This record gives sequence, C-alpha cells and structure tokens, in this order.
Amino acid sequence: MPPPPYLVASSLTPLSHGAFVHALRERLDAGARALTYFGAPLADGVIELTALLQDDQGLAVLRGHATGDAGLPALTVQFPQLHIFEREIHEQTGLPMPGHPWLKPVRSPVAPMGAYPFFQMAGKEVHEVAVGPIHAGVIEPGHFRFMCLGEQVHHLEIQLGFQHRGIEALVLQRPLAHAPALVETIAGDTSIGHTWAFCRALEAMAGVTVPDEVEIVRAIALELERVAMHLTGLSGIATDIGFLQGGTTWGRLRTTIINLSMQLCGSRFGRGWLRPGGVRFGIDAETARRIPDVLAQFQRDMRTVSALFETSLSVAGRLHEVGTVTAETARELGLVGMVARASSLDLDQRVALPGRAYTRLPMPHAKQLTGDVWARAGLRIDEIGRSVVWLQQALAVPGLDAPPLQAIGPLPPDTLAIGVCEGWRGETIHALQTDANGNLRHFKAQDPSLRNWFGLAVALRGNDISDFPICNKSFDLSYCGSDL
Amino acid sequence: MLASLVLHLLGLVLLPFLLPGVINRVKAWWGGRRGAPLLQPLWDTRRLLGKQPVYSEVTTAVFRLAPLVVVATTLVASLLAPLVPGAGILPFANDFVAFAYVVGLGRMFLMLAALDTGSPFEGMGAAREATFAVFAEPALFLVLGTLALGSGHGNFAELMLPHGWQAFLVSPLCATALFLLLLIESARLPVDDPTTHLELTMIHEVMILDHSGVDLAMMQYGAGLKLTLYAGMLAALVNPFPAHNQPLLSALVSLALMLATAVAIGFVESLVARLRMRLIPQFAFVIAALGVVALLLATTQPELG
Repeated sequence: MPPPPYLVASSLTPLSHGAFVHALRERLDAGARALTYFGAPLADGVIELTALLQDDQGLAVLRGHATGDAGLPALTVQFPQLHIFEREIHEQTGLPMPGHPWLKPVRSPVAPMGAYPFFQMAGKEVHEVAVGPIHAGVIEPGHFRFMCLGEQVHHLEIQLGFQHRGIEALVLQRPLAHAPALVETIAGDTSIGHTWAFCRALEAMAGVTVPDEVEIVRAIALELERVAMHLTGLSGIATDIGFLQGGTTWGRLRTTIINLSMQLCGSRFGRGWLRPGGVRFGIDAETARRIPDVLAQFQRDMRTVSALFETSLSVAGRLHEVGTVTAETARELGLVGMVARASSLDLDQRVALPGRAYTRLPMPHAKQLTGDVWARAGLRIDEIGRSVVWLQQALAVPGLDAPPLQAIGPLPPDTLAIGVCEGWRGETIHALQTDANGNLRHFKAQDPSLRNWFGLAVALRGNDISDFPICNKSFDLSYCGSDL
Repeated sequence: MLASLVLHLLGLVLLPFLLPGVINRVKAWWGGRRGAPLLQPLWDTRRLLGKQPVYSEVTTAVFRLAPLVVVATTLVASLLAPLVPGAGILPFANDFVAFAYVVGLGRMFLMLAALDTGSPFEGMGAAREATFAVFAEPALFLVLGTLALGSGHGNFAELMLPHGWQAFLVSPLCATALFLLLLIESARLPVDDPTTHLELTMIHEVMILDHSGVDLAMMQYGAGLKLTLYAGMLAALVNPFPAHNQPLLSALVSLALMLATAVAIGFVESLVARLRMRLIPQFAFVIAALGVVALLLATTQPELG
C-alpha cells in the first residue's frame, strides 16, 4: 500500500532550534525533499517551525521552536530548495535568519519597493528593462526587472506580492464552513487542486473517510482542470509565437473541457464542486455514459492540432533550447510539478502519493528530458492525452453518484494535519494546526508557483529578452497563488 | 497619364487599408472565424482621426513631427514606386535609390520618436528596427540593382518591365526576394507579429505604442502604404502585361496581384510561427543571397545569348 497523500500528527514535541536545524539538515542530506516549511508565532516571542519532508517512506514532519533573540541559522546556502521558505518565515514571523544570502520580502507591500535594492549590473552598454506590475494584456500584476546586455538577459529579478489578500488569515477569522469557498479562490485556475488538498487535510484531522467513489469524482474534477489549464497554456504559447492553428484550436478545445465541468458541477472552473466530507455533485450513470463520446471527439481534434504543432519546423525552431532548466538546477532549486517533470525529474504526487483514486486507477508518469520551452509544451500535450484516457477509465467506474456530504465533527486539539494534491501546475499543499481547544490556530496554503517563480528567473539567464513571454507562458505560474 | 494619376490616387486612398484587411480576413478564415470587414482598418483610422492625441510630458517636438514625416516620406516614395504599373508619377534616372532613402528618412524619424519617449520598450524596438534595416537595405539594393543591370535601365518605370528570356530566371528570384523583403519591411510574420500584445517581442508595434489619435492613424497609414508600395513593386515585376500597350488591363492585373500578395501574406501568417529574434539577420541574408544569385544570372546572360 503506498503512503497516503496526507499526514496527521497530534501533540508533536517541538525540538529546540539547534536540534531542529540539525535534524532538518540530516534529513535533507539523506535525500529527503522539503515539501513545505513554515513558521507560526506563538506566545512569548516563540516561533513554531514546521517542515514537511518526503522520501520513499512517504511524508514526515519536523517541528521546532525558535526565538527571535537566538534566530535560526539559514540552510539556504547548503540547500537552495529552502530559500523561498526561509524568506517567507523571515517575512511572516520576523525571525532572524543569519547566513541567508537574500532575505528579499516575498510579498512585501508595494510602498517600500522604491527603496528596495534590486540586483544591478554595471557597465556602459548594460540596460535595464522594467515590465509591470501593470501589463498590456489582461493578466495578473507582477514586476519583472531584466538586466540586459543588448538583447541578452543576464538576470531577471521578479517582484511579486501585488495580489496579497491575506487569505490565510481570512480562513482563520471566518467560520470553518466558509473556508472551502475561500480556498477555491487562492488561485482561480487551481480551484480543484487547492480545495482537494484542503479537504484532505481537514478530513484527515477530523477522522472522516469518504468513499472511494467520491475520491474518483474528485480526481475527475482535478483531471478536467488539468486538461483545461494545459490547453490554456498551450494556446498561449502558440499565440505568443504567432502559430495560428494552435492558438485558435487549443483555445476552442478548452471550451469543450470547461463546459464538461459546467455540466457536472454548475461551474466551468469547478467552484463549489469539492467540499470537506465529499463532493456536492456526483456523476449519474447517464452522464458518465455520455461524456466519453465528447472526450473521444476531443481526442481526435487534439491529436490533429498537436501533430501540426509538433511537426512544424518553425515551431520547433522557435521553442527548442529556449528557457532551459537542467535537471540538476531543477532539483537544487526545489522546482515542482510539470516544470520539474519537463526537466526529467520524477516528481508527480499522483504517483508518489496516489491516494485511493490513483491507486485504483494509476496515472502513468509523464516526463520530458530537455527542460526547455519545447519540453514543457510537449509535456503538457502528453499529460492531456494521459488525463483524457484516465478520465475515460474513471467514468466507467460504477456508483459515481455521490452520497451526501459527511459532517465534519469537532476537531481534535493540538493536531497538525497536512494534505497534498498534485494540481495541474504541481503539488498543492495545505496545512492546518489546531490549538488546545480544537480551534484552528494556523493555516498554511502553498501553491506550486511559490517555488517555481525563481526557476523562471534562472531559466531566462543567457536567453534573449524577446524569449521571456514564451518562457513565462511555459512555466504558467500563478501570481495570486504565490501572493496569497 | 491622367488615368494613371487617378488610379494612383485611388490606390493611395484605398490599398493601405484594403491590403491589411485582406490579410486579416485570410487569417480569420484559417482560424475558423468569419473575420472583420475588409475595410475595417479604414474604419479604425476614421475612429482614430476623431480622437485627440495624448502626449507624454517627456516627449519633444520630434515625437510630434515623426508621424508627419513618416506619412510624408512614404507619400513621396509612392510617387517614385510603380504603384500603377509602368512609370511612377515622378520618374527620373536611378529613382529607386531615392526611393530607398526617402523610405529610410521615414524610418529614421520613426526610430527617433520611439527613442524620444524614453521607454525601454520603445528603445529596444528602435534598436531592433535599426539593426534589421542594416541587413534589409543591401538586400533591397541587390534586388533592384540586379533588375536595373539586367534591363539596362535605372528607373522604376523600365527596370520592372519583363524583357527577354532572362526574365524567366531573374524575375522569379527577384520576386521571391521582394516578397521576403516585404515581410521584413512591413513587419509581418515570421519577422514581426502585428497582432501580439507582448512588448518585449515587438519590433514595429512597440515603436508606436505611445502614439495615439491622429498621430497613431498617420503611423498606421504610413505602415499600410509601405506594405502597398512593396506589394506594388512585386506586382509590377511579375505583371505580364506591359503598361504602355494595355494600360487598363495592366493596372487591373497589378491590382489583382497586389491582392494576391496580401492573400499570400495571410497564408504565411497563418501557417508559420515567428522566427527567433536572433535569426532575423539570417532571414535578411537569405534575401541578399537570392539577390546575388539573380545578379549572377543577369550578368552572365549576354554571354549565353
């Protein structure tokens, strides 16, 4: 039996800050990956640290306590995959992190930005191009500063935080029943990915087990979201390079998929579909019989347009060897999800932590070797194909009419619960912590974008500035998911 | 002469709007859409003419002057180029050299206006325009010079006319080169993408980002006219009917050929992805290479004959 995609731990004994750092270093040295690492302020200036690690055995948690006086020695230099977590902990709790090379605020308010020391390159012919936070297209706000020599980018510094809504705090302020609707808006394009991770954490904490069929309906929702968003990204890449057939046809095909979500749950983006304790909409036998026909036609059109894209010399010439992330860089920076898989890493939580849905119907792992824009586009085409085949199998499972939602009872005291879900972009992680009375004390949501943004900055080094749009589109990261 | 003048004026008024309209319609068809009216660019221009331009505080008179210079130079160039087959309106010896540099003057003001805004995007666009123009100019002279050498005449009126058997080899090569040159000069795919909204990838569009109202209308008319002039040259080159024998038929065939050029651009834009920016100089080299081959053919012809 594979390890479950969630973790519950009651009354964790916190390590002292020295022992915590030592243990974390030891586990990472032994080859574990950090999935998330966050801090929460307790009374008396104590900062509670939580690190979620993953190795072949599954998930494991480390808990430690640190104080502002002593600080916490940063591990970023030794393990660059921790850099964003340590920056976030420093920003959210004020905990000093001696030894961290770059404690740049993750989501600081806009006001201090003018004073912020951006990286600078010196030289007579060097120039800087600043883009955003207001863009020419209808996209989210983010500030990009390119340090260029002619057309070549030497470094890109990304400044985010313009969409910070304080959603983690909002979830704690409001009644628990309001949380799922808030969680669905963490990143509007990953409603299902976030909500499923949240459901997993909350159900694990409350000791609720939903039937296998409910898990399969959730996975159907997740795969529909994945297919729709991969189509959005592919259509975007095709439009950005002026490849008309891809831009129009993939865009049209996406409508087919989001309309299926509409048909199944009343929302094209899967809002209101998943809830702790089950799903609000099951799939009746008649609908489950009809959808595969729609999918079969979708597959036919998809194959045609993908073949046009993959065999076009002008497309290949445009996308090969642009924005390359090597496997080594991806591993070192802790990149996740489809970006990591396009750089040949084996990193798919549907395979590592399949849960009941993907244990019953396994999802084959997709992978590309070259780590460039071409690989990321190819991976998405590949994943659409695999997801559609999987959907056809899943819709044949009997009994997908969902039972009514199970009630979530009172939560146990002093318990940590973490849920993991492989959304279309990568692993989405939600952590809940209760206090001594069983009330939620801390909530942490993590979109894969948080970790992958720096990968985009590194991918662009040495590339042409005119290649930024396709690099950006191929990473397809969320601003609001990272800004929370 | 009068008929030719009237046709010329009609061409100046209509074609700079109609040709982009045709390109857009062809792209719409390939994309499975119905597409905008053929004269939509004209209606857009009318709308822009009713709007007051907005000027950034940092811009100077250069920025305001540029649209006028762009339109004026392109109009002057249109008097030299064979828009209606046969002669330009003001033919003189070696007028094709004047054509190239009058167009170049407009290009210079376009780039100066872009630099005048102080925007890093526009500066990048101007730098790209300048760089690619450096590669496109020799290609243009190789093509027109070859035709001049082959025909023994130094003005547009004569050098475009088909003559002798060598036209079968030289003309197609030069026509291909002119078509590719047109893609560079009028900022079409695979060199530039007129529909993109991504400032970092633009060449021509980024230089007119800060222009608005009447100024923008002039810039767009100038660009449309430049496209028309290149399409006109291409049409004059492959037009099989000499203008002095059958002027009306020749003019109609040229019009059809210009529309066919627009359709061909639409096909290219629908079927080909954009080139990587650093490959555009090589694209211009291909044009120059075609010109060199045509030149060799044209100069060896007398010995063969």
